[in-house]
Amino acid sequence: MGITVYIFWFLSFVALISALNVVFAKSPVHSVLSLIITFFAIAGHYLLLNAQFLAAVHIIVYAGAIMVLFLYVIMMLNLNKETEPHKKNYIKFISVIASCLLMITFVAAFRGAEIEGATSPNDSIGLVENLGKVLFDQNQFLLPFEVSSILFLAAMVGAVYLSKKELH
Amino acid sequence: MEQLVKLIPLFPLISFAIIGMLNRRLTKTHTAIFACTGVFLSFIDSLLVFIAQTQHHTTVEVQIYEWITVANFNSAISFLVDPLSSVFLMVITGVGFLIHVFSVGYMKDDDGFRRFFAYLNLFIFFMLILVLGNNFLVMFIGWEGVGFCSFMLIGFWYKDQKNNDAAKKAFVMNRIGDLGFLIAMCLIFTNFSTLNYSTLFAPGFITANPVSTGSLTLITICLFIGAMGKSAQIPLYTWLPDAMAGPTPVSALIHAATMVTAGIYMVARTNVLFSLTPDTMMFVAVIGIATALLGAVIGLFQNDIKKVLAYSTVSQLGLMFLALGVGAYTAAVFHVVTHAFFKALLFLGSGSVIHSMGGEQDIRKMGGLKKHMPVTYFTFLVGTLAISGIPPLAGFFSKDEILASALGQHPVWFVLGMLVSLMTAFYMFRLLYLTFHGQFRGTHEQEHHLHESPSNMTIPLIILAICAIFAGFIGFPHAVGQALGIHNWFGHFLSPVLGESEIHFSAATELTLMAITTVLIIIVILIARNIYITKKTLPTPEHEPLPAGKNIIYNKFFVDEFYNKLVTKPLDRFSEFLSSSFDKGVIEGIVNGFGKLTVRTGQTVRLLQNGNLGFYVIAIVVALISLFLIFLV
Amino acid sequence: MQTLSGIPLNYYIYLSTALFCIGVLGVMVRRNAIIMFMCIELMLNAVNLLMVAFSRYLGDSSGQVFVFFIMAVAAAEVAVGLAILIMIYRNAKTSDTEVLNELKL
Repeated sequence: MGITVYIFWFLSFVALISALNVVFAKSPVHSVLSLIITFFAIAGHYLLLNAQFLAAVHIIVYAGAIMVLFLYVIMMLNLNKETEPHKKNYIKFISVIASCLLMITFVAAFRGAEIEGATSPNDSIGLVENLGKVLFDQNQFLLPFEVSSILFLAAMVGAVYLSKKELH
Repeated sequence: MEQLVKLIPLFPLISFAIIGMLNRRLTKTHTAIFACTGVFLSFIDSLLVFIAQTQHHTTVEVQIYEWITVANFNSAISFLVDPLSSVFLMVITGVGFLIHVFSVGYMKDDDGFRRFFAYLNLFIFFMLILVLGNNFLVMFIGWEGVGFCSFMLIGFWYKDQKNNDAAKKAFVMNRIGDLGFLIAMCLIFTNFSTLNYSTLFAPGFITANPVSTGSLTLITICLFIGAMGKSAQIPLYTWLPDAMAGPTPVSALIHAATMVTAGIYMVARTNVLFSLTPDTMMFVAVIGIATALLGAVIGLFQNDIKKVLAYSTVSQLGLMFLALGVGAYTAAVFHVVTHAFFKALLFLGSGSVIHSMGGEQDIRKMGGLKKHMPVTYFTFLVGTLAISGIPPLAGFFSKDEILASALGQHPVWFVLGMLVSLMTAFYMFRLLYLTFHGQFRGTHEQEHHLHESPSNMTIPLIILAICAIFAGFIGFPHAVGQALGIHNWFGHFLSPVLGESEIHFSAATELTLMAITTVLIIIVILIARNIYITKKTLPTPEHEPLPAGKNIIYNKFFVDEFYNKLVTKPLDRFSEFLSSSFDKGVIEGIVNGFGKLTVRTGQTVRLLQNGNLGFYVIAIVVALISLFLIFLV
Repeated sequence: MQTLSGIPLNYYIYLSTALFCIGVLGVMVRRNAIIMFMCIELMLNAVNLLMVAFSRYLGDSSGQVFVFFIMAVAAAEVAVGLAILIMIYRNAKTSDTEVLNELKL
């Protein structure tokens, strides 16, 4: 029982609580903020798992870009009202039951699984140097990497096209 | 040699393809040239093969390609040339060529000129396949192919519903026979595991197999049912007289000279099987002689020139089956050959007459044509003499051989066969006298129009007439021939396939038989002359009542009506019932039921598509849970 | 059971499952399209976390590369998705999925 275990429990607790708050917060802005907290907790997990590069990217992309985008849209559309009508109670009830059941099934499915680990886990695989090598050196992920840039281009064009005011 | 054999059926096929595909883009002259050349090349080819056969006596097998190979079932498209098939090749291509030439003149004003020659060529192709095939399956291809061509050509003038009905009748009747053939093929395969002639008829093969006489009898009976359909034997003969609805050259080629003898060929080809089953042989002989008598009796009172010839064909085919039934295969094949010559001659002669009469076929409206069409008359006379069996024309020798073989089996066969040939002589001379002698009985317009046919129609007639005179000498009677030093070449030639004739009489007996038959036939001819020339008796006109007996015969013993009542009407009613009750009620109910079920289900299930995203997500989650539970628990 | 620094791999599996199910719950319960969208992001992140954990425990960096790609796709998705939302909102003046039920016939 080292310090890492305590950190693990703490981060998990924060992540779950804030995730629940995302779902149940009345105001959308509160949801967004809770989600950002969740993402930070997940970034902490990444650090625990020695994935330092990913932790950094995660913070930059999710907390820095995506969540800001969400916040921006909410502000722009002026959705920050607690007027959202709620679903009928029985539907909420069913939903909770269903998601609990899903959870139980997943846990039941994974419970018996015995996972073979590496004999000597390498602590340095999460470093930028190593990931860069995997990404570019071995010709393994080079093509998907380039293709993802095309995806970004397409997404950008799509987003611009969709959100511009229609000209009549 | 093998190449030559492969080419034989190819020529007509090529000309069929050319004429069929180019159709209207060909002029009539070119069509005629293509069609005749195709058959003529095939004839030359057959002739070469035939000559090679006479010199070497070797059986040639040619495999074109592997056709079906499934488990232990092997069937190749392969050809077999032996004396039997080479004889048939000669008849088909030779007579076929002459009839093609004749048709050029006969059909020259017809709109369907190209169509006609395309079918005719296709027919020659299938007929060649039929006789060339080295196994039952290839024979069956040809068998069905000629049936199809026959169907198309009977209904050639399709604008007249009567012709279409005749074509359908021929087709359906043939199908009944074909079913027999198919069953026979299946039985042969289950019993012997092969359909190849060369394996099946190899000496000792059949006896080496443990097959009961019962199943052999069943096989041969089924084969014979196939032959019944194709060769118009009782009870499947009624299509042949109706088949005269087609153009006359078709009647000559398909329904007299070649296709209808396919049954004879098939039985002769499978003679090994038939020889082992005396019961079937008896059956064949009985059916044969019954058909021969029936055809001859009906032929006595027909007034349509082609109907007389049609019933005569039925009757002659019956005689051939009698010969097969008494085991005289060579005699039957010999009669096929001579019959092909003189019957084709007679049909073409009648075609020439019909052509000149402007389509009139009723002999009551003819008469005195002798002076208008001398060539047709003389060739027709030769044909009539030949079929009546006047020596030394072709029919005499072949019929004599059949009768002699019949006598060797049992005197009853001989007497009945004799009766048939006497009736044949009578109705043929009645036909000749009514058509060519006496006064013209048609309209003035027709009389004015009367003319001798052009040379491309008369030359085939003359050639066929020459054949009809001399063809008989190839099968000179055995004993008499020995006495005179003339060899029975035909019998000897076919002996590797059909075996030597077992029946031998002394020269004196043979001569006596010949003398008796000839004298009787001449007496009958004189009677006919007395009735139709001296007394100038005419058949009763169409609408006057006939004496009861004559009426029955004139109406062909009401067999058609009987078949109608017994088979066609009930079938019609049954179909009616099916279409009105079963189809409307059950089938439509099922089909519409499926439609309704789909619509109802759709309407119900549609409600699930409420467009609510949350609902969809719940559905997805529930499905996911179910899947996990099914596959993991 | 494989453990690293005293934390078994199964803990990560359970944590990811819990996060994922919370995401699913959110999609089911909420009516606001933007919140639903965020819940989808939450589910994606649950998967990412699991992937990183596996990568770490198996000593194979491919898993982390995959997470990298998933982030890229998620970013693109969010850009397009929010653009669509803006357009819908502009046309329908709402982001309530119960009102936006045009998917049905």
